[in-house]
Amino acid sequence: MSPVLVDIANLSIAFPTQQGLSLAVREVSLTLGVEKLGIVGESGSGKSLTARSILRLLPSNALVTADRMEFAGIDVLRAREAELRAIRGRRAGLILQDPKYALNPVMTAGEQISEAWRAHRKGTRRQARAAALDLLAQVQIRDPERVARSYPHELSGGMGQRVMIAMMLAPDPELLIADEPTSALDATVQAEILRLLEALVSRRGMGLILISHDLPLVAHFCDRVVVMYAGRIVEELGAADLSHARHPYTRGLIDCLPTLTHPKSRLPVMVRDPAWLA
Amino acid sequence: MRGRLRALAGTLASVPITLFGLVLVTFFIGRVMPVDPVLAIVGDRATQDVVEQTRLELGLDRSLPVQFLIYLGKLAHGDLGRSVMTSHTVVADISRFFPATMELATAAILIAVLIGVPLGVLAAVKQGTRIDHTIRVICLAGHSIPIFVLALLTLLVFYATLGIAPGPGRQDVVFEDMVPAVTNLLTVDALIAGDWGAFRDALAHLAQPAGVLAYFSMAYIARMTRAFMLDALSGEFIITARAKGLPAARVIWRHAFGNIAVRLVTVLALTYAGLLEGAVVTETVFSWPGLGQYLTVSLLNADMNAVLGATLVVGVTYLGFNLLADVLYRLLDPRVR
Repeated sequence: MSPVLVDIANLSIAFPTQQGLSLAVREVSLTLGVEKLGIVGESGSGKSLTARSILRLLPSNALVTADRMEFAGIDVLRAREAELRAIRGRRAGLILQDPKYALNPVMTAGEQISEAWRAHRKGTRRQARAAALDLLAQVQIRDPERVARSYPHELSGGMGQRVMIAMMLAPDPELLIADEPTSALDATVQAEILRLLEALVSRRGMGLILISHDLPLVAHFCDRVVVMYAGRIVEELGAADLSHARHPYTRGLIDCLPTLTHPKSRLPVMVRDPAWLA
Repeated sequence: MRGRLRALAGTLASVPITLFGLVLVTFFIGRVMPVDPVLAIVGDRATQDVVEQTRLELGLDRSLPVQFLIYLGKLAHGDLGRSVMTSHTVVADISRFFPATMELATAAILIAVLIGVPLGVLAAVKQGTRIDHTIRVICLAGHSIPIFVLALLTLLVFYATLGIAPGPGRQDVVFEDMVPAVTNLLTVDALIAGDWGAFRDALAHLAQPAGVLAYFSMAYIARMTRAFMLDALSGEFIITARAKGLPAARVIWRHAFGNIAVRLVTVLALTYAGLLEGAVVTETVFSWPGLGQYLTVSLLNADMNAVLGATLVVGVTYLGFNLLADVLYRLLDPRVR
């Protein structure tokens, strides 16, 4: 059994609103070793919040409670800022959805990667720059020198996401959280980026949390899939067992997918049962 | 690089056009005003002959367009005419009055930036906390207290009551004309001459009006900085920066502040330009012989050459700072290069 990276028990996240507390994540329990875990769910199902809470990167007004909330044995909820900084980047990286917004527009790609490297490794500027170029080559960028000198607005979406991945791999973390890493990209680029992620994660022996609303895609790339609905985990199953899904929500999602082998004249519409919220 | 140069050339080309417009408008406003420049010079007891002769001397017998062309011709040679009120050339007047304003404005903007920008950043980082509210109240006071009230209060407290600050004016009579004028900025001239007594005196006189103006500008700068920072801090790239494990100070200053530098530069440049126009009220309360006072007094005395000249200086200053902000914008923001 691989070492446990993430151990969450009964995590709840709430936000104060005019009408009182609004629960965004309800009693979620999750453990993760060195494996590829997919979290699937619709917008607002709490998948991003759950993942970001591992790094405690939630909005400042979020109220978080949990029986256990550990990263590699460190209690994330009680950790001081300095301890958190030793986890963030260094041991767990976070890849966001759209590189157009997630990269700093006034810093070059090279600067941003070197900065991540230098934040956790002692080294000179020159070494950091060399490391950045090496990382850019690792994410299969053909002309690392040119890309390192470019500003984010000069890069395509796919390029930007490669830069983002390079940046998060710089300190050599044990876990990578990818929060819808391909939703903002073209379909052809999506596959490339996912293949790249998968190759890098496998080669480095890292854990991966892949957040997405694309069920088949996640099932294809991950070992295990967790389905979230309205802040709860409603189903957890091995990626190969997708056809054995029991929860009506998961079944509904699978039924709604168009297939080429069994074409239907009309796709079914999911009927939501209020009992799922209970 | 070529695109940047072309854009810059375009901006530069607009300068003479704007200036010409400024001269045109100011000139004709001056001529259609219901004041008689001749009367302002000779007084109402002069004989008809004297009046007529002065009229000819001023060239007022010619048509307005011709008068304007003559004025433009002189302007091209750096001649702004003579002031009726001071009987010096307007150029000489401005070279005495403008440095006083420049000294005041520069001191004020330095204080305002050094305090206002950190306060704005702090308020944004601590949004919604007691610190944020305190800073808001401080800034609100800067906005809402009329500047003459603030100026008079400062004089009352620091000069009249506590006696720790000198009274109005730029320097003590003791030091008048003691230091050779090089730049007409009294603090700088005193430093050049190595006269510490004169320097301290000039600085002490500068402190109050500069402080009052700085408070006013600081409030604006801090409020703008706060708004810009809140915008930047809500950006996705801030989450990225934090996820990289960077220290809070670096996230705030390198990532958030680095992104607002561009907008802030524009605000600062225009605030400075606004101060250089001459703060009439502050200059009046502190008897500060600056451009604002010169312009006001000239206007009240129908001294049209002086008004035109001073307006031009203000206009050129404004244009200059606009241009500077434009150039800095291009330097600081990779997206507009």
